[in-house]
Amino acid sequence: MLTYTLRRLLLAIPTLLLISLVIFFLVDLAPGSPASEIPLTVPPDVRAKILESMGINQPVYVRYLLWLKQFFYVEPLNGIDALFGTSFADGMQRIISYQTRGPVFSLIGERIPQTLKVIGTAYLVGVLIAVPIGIYSAYRQYSWFDQAGTLLAMIGFSVPTFFSGTLLIIIFSVMLGWFPTKYDTTLVVTDWASFVKQIKQMTLPVMTLGLANAAAISRYMRSSMLENMGHDYVRTARAKGMSERTVVLKHVLRNSMIPVVTVIALGIPSIFGGAIITENLFGVNGIGSALIGAIHGNDLPMVQTLAFIFAILIVLFNLIADVLYGLLDPRIRYD
Amino acid sequence: MTDLSAAAPSKPPSQWAAIWRQFRSHKGAMFGLIVLSVLVLAVLIGPYFWHPEKLTVVEAIKQKNKGPALQFPLGTDQLGRDMLARMMAAGKVSLAVGFVAMIIAITFGTFIGVLAGYYKRLDGPLMRLTDMFLALPLIPLLLVMVMLFRDRVAGILGPEMGAFLLIVFAIGITSWMQAARIVRGEVLALKEREYVLAARSIGAAPRRIIIRHILPNVVSPVMVAATLGIAEAIITESVLSFLGLGFPPDFPTWGRLLYDGLSFMQIYPERVIWPGLAISLTVLSVNYIGDGLRDALDPRVRGR
Repeated sequence: MLTYTLRRLLLAIPTLLLISLVIFFLVDLAPGSPASEIPLTVPPDVRAKILESMGINQPVYVRYLLWLKQFFYVEPLNGIDALFGTSFADGMQRIISYQTRGPVFSLIGERIPQTLKVIGTAYLVGVLIAVPIGIYSAYRQYSWFDQAGTLLAMIGFSVPTFFSGTLLIIIFSVMLGWFPTKYDTTLVVTDWASFVKQIKQMTLPVMTLGLANAAAISRYMRSSMLENMGHDYVRTARAKGMSERTVVLKHVLRNSMIPVVTVIALGIPSIFGGAIITENLFGVNGIGSALIGAIHGNDLPMVQTLAFIFAILIVLFNLIADVLYGLLDPRIRYD
Repeated sequence: MTDLSAAAPSKPPSQWAAIWRQFRSHKGAMFGLIVLSVLVLAVLIGPYFWHPEKLTVVEAIKQKNKGPALQFPLGTDQLGRDMLARMMAAGKVSLAVGFVAMIIAITFGTFIGVLAGYYKRLDGPLMRLTDMFLALPLIPLLLVMVMLFRDRVAGILGPEMGAFLLIVFAIGITSWMQAARIVRGEVLALKEREYVLAARSIGAAPRRIIIRHILPNVVSPVMVAATLGIAEAIITESVLSFLGLGFPPDFPTWGRLLYDGLSFMQIYPERVIWPGLAISLTVLSVNYIGDGLRDALDPRVRGR
């Protein structure tokens, strides 16, 4: 298992390098580069100065290598400095955003808590809804509950979040007026009233995203439960006279959770990256809306860094899912 | 034994008839087929039957933001344009995007899959490439591609054709991986079969073996992937439009109409609901059709 994990980690390095290359060059070689944004009336020497201050007067491979160094060396050192109060990274050039002229990573650090709070809760809620529904649908296969669950899951797959979110806003904020339409990022929870307010403003985005996630996960849960229900060990457990509850919730559920856990792990990167729409719709000032802002503002370092972080998360959680699968299921051996 | 001559003429039902029978027994798939046909017909034939009268600018301004009425069954938008006509025009573009992007993705995916499955030398590199594409953060990259290349492509091909080709190409090039993986797996199994060996032993060239013997046998999984690909492409396009990086407003898609309606959501919610409903219904019916096709094309399920 350890050798497998190590081998996968080593294999991830060239993959990530290739991805970084694709992301960097796609963004960098595109026609809409910042150099073309400078008006032609600007004198050439001033223009050269502007380009120099943005750090884009160098050839592209130099910039790529510099960006890699900043991403993998300077920024982690800065992280260590911030944590332990040391000064390893003094005087080193960090990745600077064109928009704010501040380090990209401190911007991301400011945005991540918002995303985690809302989108993470949504994912958790989705899992918590999906697992019981999946279990009961499988236990009573072809019952009306199962049929309704199948229909709802199909609808959950098919209705895009930007529409389900808008519908929820129209119904619950515009018509009923129960929840606010926009998420107020500046709200600080200090007392009970502000806590209630926070819960209220989180309800709609969490519902939108949670239902979409629940649709997919409940289907996986159901099919995994169904597969295990027919096995011999289930019959043995029943023959021993165990209660239905123990059989289903202990014996079958534990074995059925193995593939579901990996599916849940595979979905975690989407908490960071896939929630762009929900964040945009509800005005959650998280990492997804940072990306949209950066794209609209032609902020290349920000876009490159964010896209690459998403890619790292996808690769990392793919690896985690595979390793988890091997750890949970003793029948699977990667050697 | 003596009845052999009498029994022989009743031909066994053809494969396609059996597939159609199985498909018909899937209620969701039939529902999907009917809904999708209605939508496609409405979008393609509708404009020939529904001519909103040409309004002058002044008349149009007077007619803006109208609710549903006989003259405008779905009302008018903030510029006095008939929503029904716009919905039909937008649907044509949305469905075309889904279809063309799917064709690009499937063609490319099948090509890569066949190469990786048939030629052992290419398997490793091509599958690494597929894995890499699967690890790319697609929505951010699509947004960046559209944002950065939109003006350049629009300058060459005009704003409408430019946006269409750019988006279709961008979606196609980022969604071929599933098809490639499915096809590779099938080809790997198929090329060990006796009939392929037989074809090779009579000296058939690899190209002929692939086209005549292997490709016809991967059609069914590819068809299922293609159906689901249409749904995915339509959703991706509407996401781009929803984030304001899709089609221009005078060449709308359903996603763009929804995006335009968002600013009037509180006063005229129906302007968001119609396009959203159209997208959702299309995707839902396409998903159901894919489900039914998967059952119908699988001989193990069909036999029962």
